Amino acid sequence: MELKKTPLYEEHKQLGAKLVEFGGWEMPVQYSSIIEEHKTVRENVGLFDVSHMGEILVEGADTLRFVDYIITNSVTDLKNGQICYTPMCYTNGTIVDDLLAYRFSDLKVLLVVNASNTDKDYKWIKEQSKGFRVSVSNQSSKYAQLALQGPKAEEVLAKISGVKLSDIEFYHFTTGRINGIESIVSRTGYTGEDGFELYFDAEAAVTMWRRILDIGRPYGIKPCGLGARDTLRFEACYMLYGNDIDDTTTPLEAGLKWAVDLDKPRFNGKDVLVEQMEKGLKRRLRGLEISKGIARHGYKIFAEDKEIGYITSGTKSPTTGRSLALGYVEIGYSKRGTEVEVEIHGKRVPAKIVKTPFYRGSVKSGK
Amino acid sequence: MKKYAKTHEWVEINGKIATVGISDHAQNELGDIVYVDLPEVGKEVKAGESLCSIESVKSASDIYAPVSGKVVEVNTALEDAPETINKSAEGEGWIVKIELSAPDEVDKLLDKTEYEKLLEGEK
Repeated sequence: MELKKTPLYEEHKQLGAKLVEFGGWEMPVQYSSIIEEHKTVRENVGLFDVSHMGEILVEGADTLRFVDYIITNSVTDLKNGQICYTPMCYTNGTIVDDLLAYRFSDLKVLLVVNASNTDKDYKWIKEQSKGFRVSVSNQSSKYAQLALQGPKAEEVLAKISGVKLSDIEFYHFTTGRINGIESIVSRTGYTGEDGFELYFDAEAAVTMWRRILDIGRPYGIKPCGLGARDTLRFEACYMLYGNDIDDTTTPLEAGLKWAVDLDKPRFNGKDVLVEQMEKGLKRRLRGLEISKGIARHGYKIFAEDKEIGYITSGTKSPTTGRSLALGYVEIGYSKRGTEVEVEIHGKRVPAKIVKTPFYRGSVKSGK
Repeated sequence: MKKYAKTHEWVEINGKIATVGISDHAQNELGDIVYVDLPEVGKEVKAGESLCSIESVKSASDIYAPVSGKVVEVNTALEDAPETINKSAEGEGWIVKIELSAPDEVDKLLDKTEYEKLLEGEK
């Protein structure tokens, strides 16, 4: 199957990016070096092309009721112009995808989903919508999406923004012109730093991309690839679907209880999640510090010679220099400070349960 | 004179001792290197088998022994500064020294021109 390309594909090639396959897309993994790009976002500002992300629009009289039926968090509780992060569960409580829900009004919510899940999600949401007065449409190809992330993001974007950015709170959005281009502007991101995500007409992508890199130059801006996006989100302990969460894990096991509204009368997966709450969890996603080497997705975790879990993500954290990982561990071994072992290339090395997130950046609020 | 393996390691022979590292092309492909799992001194290796692994930010890669023999020295400087491989893959970023047990194997390796041709073909 031919890989999909964002409208900025040629820009990435010209900038010398290394391109890789990601979720059916040909995407830049790095331009210069993952560590350099990572540091640029932590210290200054970086620009990411995330146009591969999917946008699914729900409209109609039952919008809020329907969206709250398919997600675990609540859009009914949001104000217009507010966003929530949420898992979307199957009826068995495992995760279809995690997404951001943008509440425009009680008649319109935009769901921003993972690129590799867009088709699966659209099909699922469409199926679930039977009996609700809503129309569901996949708008993914209409939008370009850029993420401008880092402590200097607001200062840079303010130079071309027709909307007052300081009025946009964390996890809120507005619409207006950026560089003269009609956009959705939200104070969101996947890096742990303050920053914005912009959604606008795919045809304006090249103009917007070049302009932001241009005005950002005095601030040390760099284009950043999926490699840095992954290490940044990892340090902030944001979930990566397919690694940390998937259709075998529940939001409670992943520590996403804060994004599960059990007060809602009903939603997909509620029964299972309530039961998990009542009976207690068997395992939890935890942070681990590895004494030697690097733990990767799928590596086994042991304690007292018994297999007690597996690693979901891991790398050497560029900001802290520590070899860190996330992984599911059996309850009983999940307390901070517990000594465990991780099997790396056939050898078991000592590791320890540590506090998450691994790093807190300039992001304005915890949740 | 440097010789290269198809799996992107280089060797430089000095008498019975082969210094081994990864090619500049390989370090560039791997990206930022953050950990080298150095083998133990004294380890016996066979040409074509795994020598050690190198971890970049994104992934782990096996490094294959281009020649057979015994590991007689490892570049311990890489423990604290694995990024030396990114800076100087074919110089200061050498990984191990191997005492050759089958010196003839060296003839089967590629010279620089042949290796560059191989890289052209991979593009």
